[in-house]
Amino acid sequence: MSKRMRKPKRKSRSTGWEDFLARAWAMEIEAAERYASFADAMDQHNNREAAELFRKLARIEQLHADQLLEENPSKRAPVLPPGGLRWDGGEGPETAAPSELHYRMQPYHALQIALACEKKANKFFAGYASRTADAKVRKAAREMAEEEAEHVRLIEDWLKRTPVPEKDWQHDPDPPLVSD
Amino acid sequence: MSTAAAAAPLTWQAFKSDYKPIWCPGCGDYSVLASVTKAFAMLELLPENVAVVSGIGCSSRIPAYTNCYGFHGVHGRALAAGTGLKIARPDLTVLVAGGDGDGYSIGGNHFLHACRRNVDLTYVVMDNHVYGMTKGQPSPTTEPDWSSKLSPGGTGLRTFHPLVIALAAGANFIARAFSGDPNDTAQILAEAIRTPGFSFVEILSPCVTFCPEQREWKSLVRPAPVAATDDPVRAARRILTDDGFNIGVLYKGGRKPYQPLLGRATKRLADLEAEFAI
Repeated sequence: MSKRMRKPKRKSRSTGWEDFLARAWAMEIEAAERYASFADAMDQHNNREAAELFRKLARIEQLHADQLLEENPSKRAPVLPPGGLRWDGGEGPETAAPSELHYRMQPYHALQIALACEKKANKFFAGYASRTADAKVRKAAREMAEEEAEHVRLIEDWLKRTPVPEKDWQHDPDPPLVSD
Repeated sequence: MSTAAAAAPLTWQAFKSDYKPIWCPGCGDYSVLASVTKAFAMLELLPENVAVVSGIGCSSRIPAYTNCYGFHGVHGRALAAGTGLKIARPDLTVLVAGGDGDGYSIGGNHFLHACRRNVDLTYVVMDNHVYGMTKGQPSPTTEPDWSSKLSPGGTGLRTFHPLVIALAAGANFIARAFSGDPNDTAQILAEAIRTPGFSFVEILSPCVTFCPEQREWKSLVRPAPVAATDDPVRAARRILTDDGFNIGVLYKGGRKPYQPLLGRATKRLADLEAEFAI
């Protein structure tokens, strides 16, 4: 989404514990669902490597969501609006945009998408911590920001171990657009 | 809106079917599917009270990916089928969906008359300016200088302007949305469904396979600078002078929807079946 498309930040946003938990949990769930749909799309196009990586990322995000519930005293999933939560900037900060995909993409590209999402998540929690007046929420948001920063480091390491695609990775010897 | 659930509202995920979409990775239609299901959930509808009707094309696969009743019809005839369904079953929420080729070329005439009739349904066009399913031919909304292997040098033809045509033909609700912003698109769709009469929502939905340059749409779209108007003259001026990237509800009229009195069926289904038997 363009900068021009971004909406101004809402002034009267709730920063209570319930809102924080709902957003933190929804963010992980939305990210997990999106990665799972990416994996399905890659499977449909026989791009097994990218599919496998997206499925792994989906599992990781689901695990984060489950951990959040585990650490929540009530252990219950927050009740979200039927259409999902509304976010500044369109979708959840950790939700990757479908337009980032390419049918010939490689694990390296998938990790770059994940890296950008983790950075946005880190920024989101850091911002949340700075805005809230609730000490409990601030502490939790700071912890989450640190956790996301750790994820950024993990993915950066993962990227170092992942082959960098060749320049012409998009080249398809049997392209979709042909005219014989 | 025709129906609402009495029990706890369903989540948007409950409106998705188990079929995995087979669109190209990066296609905007994935997000449109999410927006459609989110709109249904926001309105607290039930899948059994919703029908998604389509024609032919990549985007017309959408009924299969929802958990609602679906009708994947004939090329360009989605609006005809949707209109018939809504007239016969006014209790249903009918959403008709398709692409720019299906809706503006093959189904162009149905589009005009659906706007004119103003039956209470919502028409979603996922506009990517190209026939994707048949490998990249120019559509009515393709820019005249869009050059490809199938249209070297471009068609040189003036593009079809669906929003202003819808307005002139009598559509009661006109909006433009962008697939890259699925949550705002869901809001627009919910408002379209909620508004009585024929609601037309054009969703810019990039085809990254045949028009990779459309990935840049995300940096071109912006919220429409003014709120929706109920004045068709003002709306026409705005729509005609914008660059095609203003997003939001652009026109919202107050025309009464068309709903004829339903007569009693004179034939049973079995009679009709016998009539058509070969």
